Amino acid sequence: MRGSIHSMETLSGRDGPGIRTVVFMQGCPLRCQYCHNPDTWEVGEFNTDTEALMKKLNRYKPYYGKDGGITLSGGEPFMQAEFVASLLRLAKENNINTAVDTSGYFLNEYVKTALNYTDLVLLDIKHSDSTAYKELTGVNISHSIEFLDYLKQIQKPVWIRQVIIHGINDTDEQIIELTHLIKGANIKKVELLPYHTLGVYKWEKLGLYYSLNGMLPPSQETMARLNKIVKSVF
Amino acid sequence: MLVNLWRGFIEGEWQNSINVSDFIIKNYSPYTGDESFLSPATERTKIVNEKYIKLKELEHEWGGVVDIDTTTVSSLLNYRPGYIDKENEIIVGLQTNRPLKRSVNPFGGIKMAEQACNAYGYELSDKIKDLFAYRTTHNDGVFRVYTPEMKAARRCGVITGLPDAYGRGRIIGDYRRTALYGVDFLIAQKKKDKLELGTRPMDEENIKLSEEVFRQIDFLEKLIKMASEYGFDISKPAKNGLEATQWVYFSYLAAIKEQNGAAMSLGRVSTFLDIYFERDIKEGTFTEEQVQEIIDDFVLKLRMARQLRTPEYNELFAGDPTWVTESIGGIGADGRSMVTKSSFRFLHTLYNLSPAPEPNLTVLWSANLPENFKQYCAKVSCDTDSIQYENDDLMRLIYGDDYAIACCVSAARVGKQMQFFGARSNLAKVLLLSLNNGRDELTGEQVGPISTPISDGALEYDDVLNRFKSYCEWLCKLYVNTMNVIHYMHDKYAYEKIQMALHDTDVERFMAFGVSGLSVVADSLSAIKYAKVYPIKNEDGIVIDFKVEGEFPKFGNDDDRVDSIAEWLTDFFINELRKHKTYRNAIHTLSILTITSNVVYGKKTGSTPDGRKKGEPFAAGANPMHGRELDGALASLNSVAKLNYNCCRDGISCTFNITPDSVGSTPDEQHKNLVSILDGYFSQKAHHLNVNVLNREQLIDAMEHPNKYPNLTIRVSGYAINFNTLSKEQQKEVISRTFHNRM
Repeated sequence: MRGSIHSMETLSGRDGPGIRTVVFMQGCPLRCQYCHNPDTWEVGEFNTDTEALMKKLNRYKPYYGKDGGITLSGGEPFMQAEFVASLLRLAKENNINTAVDTSGYFLNEYVKTALNYTDLVLLDIKHSDSTAYKELTGVNISHSIEFLDYLKQIQKPVWIRQVIIHGINDTDEQIIELTHLIKGANIKKVELLPYHTLGVYKWEKLGLYYSLNGMLPPSQETMARLNKIVKSVF
Repeated sequence: MLVNLWRGFIEGEWQNSINVSDFIIKNYSPYTGDESFLSPATERTKIVNEKYIKLKELEHEWGGVVDIDTTTVSSLLNYRPGYIDKENEIIVGLQTNRPLKRSVNPFGGIKMAEQACNAYGYELSDKIKDLFAYRTTHNDGVFRVYTPEMKAARRCGVITGLPDAYGRGRIIGDYRRTALYGVDFLIAQKKKDKLELGTRPMDEENIKLSEEVFRQIDFLEKLIKMASEYGFDISKPAKNGLEATQWVYFSYLAAIKEQNGAAMSLGRVSTFLDIYFERDIKEGTFTEEQVQEIIDDFVLKLRMARQLRTPEYNELFAGDPTWVTESIGGIGADGRSMVTKSSFRFLHTLYNLSPAPEPNLTVLWSANLPENFKQYCAKVSCDTDSIQYENDDLMRLIYGDDYAIACCVSAARVGKQMQFFGARSNLAKVLLLSLNNGRDELTGEQVGPISTPISDGALEYDDVLNRFKSYCEWLCKLYVNTMNVIHYMHDKYAYEKIQMALHDTDVERFMAFGVSGLSVVADSLSAIKYAKVYPIKNEDGIVIDFKVEGEFPKFGNDDDRVDSIAEWLTDFFINELRKHKTYRNAIHTLSILTITSNVVYGKKTGSTPDGRKKGEPFAAGANPMHGRELDGALASLNSVAKLNYNCCRDGISCTFNITPDSVGSTPDEQHKNLVSILDGYFSQKAHHLNVNVLNREQLIDAMEHPNKYPNLTIRVSGYAINFNTLSKEQQKEVISRTFHNRM
C-alpha cells in the first residue's frame, strides 16, 4: 500500500511513552495559525509503501525498550487513513507499540480499523471554544468532539494535548472548559505544550503569511498556572 | 604478616602469584540496590575542593599554568613531598612540591619541553639543557632514523599526531598490585622473572627484556622510597581501604611523575577497592561517610594531575587533557554484575566535587547491568555530562572481565596487555593524494608515489577505488614502518619503567593504528558511485575542488548503500596494515577515534568529493558528517553500530549530543529513555558512546560568558572536556554539530 510521508525522526522522547520513532505524514485538513509543519499540509505524491516503511521502523526496535515504539504524526495521519491502518496493523504484527498524533478531524471506517491497531492516541484539541477553534484552525470543532466521543466509547488510552498560545488559549476558562470536554475519556496524560517559533521559517520558505508573527512563547508562569488547573482535575 | 593484612579475604590462586583478577572475582560483593546509601560531601571535602577550585581558576587566569619548575627533571624522587592542604588531606602525594606546579619531562623530546616553557613565558634552565645535550631523547632517536618519505608524510599530515616528540602514553600499570601485594613482593616476583629470562636464548629481544626488568626493579625500589618520603611503607600490602587507595594512588603518581604520556589511565580500581571498603565497614572501622570521603579525596588528587605541554599540543588534543580513565561496572565472566557500591561512589564524586572531565569516568555497559545502576548512570549523564559508555558485552568476550580502557576507547587486560599508541592517518587526505598522483592538494609537494593523472570528466568509481586502494597500500606500509621506528626509540630512550613494572614481564602488545575522516571518505566514495562528481583542477593540474551533480546516500542514515562502504573501509585498512611486520610482534589494531583533532585534520585537508570544502572540520570519531543525518539520531547511531569492532579493536568512538527536552519531558523519563537508547545501541554490537545531554542555548551562552559556566563539561568524542578550555573555533564546531531536536 502506497502512502506519502514527509520525514522520519528516529529519536523522540516526547511523542508518547519511552523512545519513539516518529513518522511525519503528509496532508492535513487543518490550517492552524501556529502550525510548525506547514510543509505537510498537502498530501503530495506517494513516496513510500507500508512494507518499505515497516522495514525501516523495525530497525529501531532495539531502542524501544518496554514502553517505546512508533508514533504517526504529521500532518494529520488519518488523512491517509487506509495507509495508516495498514501500517499500524503491520507494526502490531511486529510487536511494536503504536501511537497516533491526531487532531481527531477524521472518523471513518479506516480510522476505526486503524484505532484497533493503535495503543495510544495523542489527541490534540486545539481550543475548547468552538468559535475560537474555527478561527485558529479553519475547521469546525465538531469533528474533534465526535472523535473524542468515539475514544470515550471504546475507552482507548489517550493523551490530550494542546499548544498554549499567548492571548489565544491561555485563559483559565479555556483550560477548565477543556477539562470538561475530555471527562470520561481513558486519559493517561494531559500535556500543555508552550507555543514555539521553530517552524516559522517554513512559512517564509513556502511564501505563506504567518499571522502570529512576533508572537512569543507563553511565560513559565502562565504554563505553571494552567498546568495547575489540569493537575487539580486529573 | 600477610595473613593479617589479607584477613577475611577468600583464599585462592591470587595468594601464590600475582593475580589481581582472581582476587577480585573471589572477593567482591555485587550491589544491585540504588544510590540512596551515598553520602554527601563532608565539610573537609568541601574545604579541600574549594582550595583546588581556587587554584584552577588562578591557572586559567594566568594563561594555563600556575608555575613551572624549569630546573628539575620530573621523576619519582626529584621533589620533596607536596600538599594542597596537609591538615585536611586524606590521600596524599603531588607530582611536584606544590599543587598544580608543573615539572619538565624532556625524555620524550627536549624541544617540546623548551617550547612548552617558552609558550608560558618561562625559559628552560641551562642545567637541564646541558644535561640533555649529552643525552639522546626519544625524539632524537626517531629523527635519526626517519626517512625522507616518513618526514614528508608527517609534514603533509597524512599521518599525524604521532608520538615521536612526546610520551606515547596509553599504558595502564596495574596500580592495584601495590595495594594487594606490597612492593616487596612485586620486586621479588620481578627478580624471579629476571632469573627465568636468563635461561632463555639471549637473543636481542630477550636481552632487551632483561634490561627492562632490571630497570623496572630499580623503579619499584624508587616507588617505595617515594612513598616513604610521605611517611608510608608501601613495601607491604595495604591493611585497609584507606591504605589500599593510597597505595594505588602512589603507584599512579609515580607513573605520572616518570612519564608525560599522552593518555595515562588509571585502569579499573573501583571494584577492587570496594573489597577493602566492604571489609572496613564490616569490621566497623570506617563509616560510609568516611569511605566516600576517601574516594572524594582520591578523585580530587586525580583531578590535580598536570603535564607540561605546548599550546599546539593542547590544540590537537583539545584542552589540557590527561585522560585519567577509570573503567566502572561491567559483568564478570561468571555472569555476575561487577557493579559494587564503590562503582556508585566513584560516579557520586561528580556531585560531591562538581562535574569535571577528569578522571575520565567510563561505564562498561552491559544489557545485564543491574537496573538501578543503569538508571543512576543515566541520571549522572543528564546531570553532569561527564561519563562515557563502552560495550562490555562486546569487549568481555575478547578481553575477559579484568580489562580497562586506556585513553578513550582502547581496551586491554590490566597488567597483561599494553599498547603502542599510533595516533592516526588521515583517510580523506589519502583519497586526495590518490587523485593527485601523490601530490599534496594544498602545497603541491610530492608525498606519495606517482601514478597516472586522472582524466577531466566525471570520476569513475572503479578507477577511483583502485587508485585509493593502491595509495592505502602504500600508506599502510609506511605507517607501520614509521610506528616501528617510533616505538623502538620510545622503548630505548623513554621506557615506562614503573608502568611496565606493574605489568607481567611477558606482556602482549598491541600496535594501535587509527584513521580519521572515515565518514568523509565513505560519503565521497558514495558521491562518486551514486552521483556525478567532476574534479576541478588548478593550473598545476592539482584537484582543488569538486562539482557534485545529483543525490547520493550519506553515512548516518542507516542506509546500507553507503554504510557498507564505511564497513569495507575499516576492513580493508586493517588488513592492509596486517601485511606489515610490527616491532616486537605487536598485534595490529585500529581505532576510529578523533578527539577534537578532527578540526585540525580538516584544516589540513583540501575539498573532498562529498561536498566538504577545504579546511572544514571532519566529523569526530566515527560520527557521520554534521548535518547529513536526515532521519535523526537513532538512524545515525545505527549506521555507526554497523562498523565492525573486530576490524577496529582499538575502538570506535561515537559522540551523541542531545537536548534533555528531546529525551523525555521529566527527569525520570529522561533517565529511563537514555537507558533505552544505550541498551538499543549496544545490543547492536556498537562499541562506544559519548552522551552530551545539553541544549544549544547553553553552549552559545557559555561561549560568550565562560564565567557563568565554570564547570560546563561536555563530551567530545571519547572524552569529557571543560568547554572553557576549548578554543573559540572548537567551541563553534561543537555547537554546529547536529543537535537532535524534534521537528
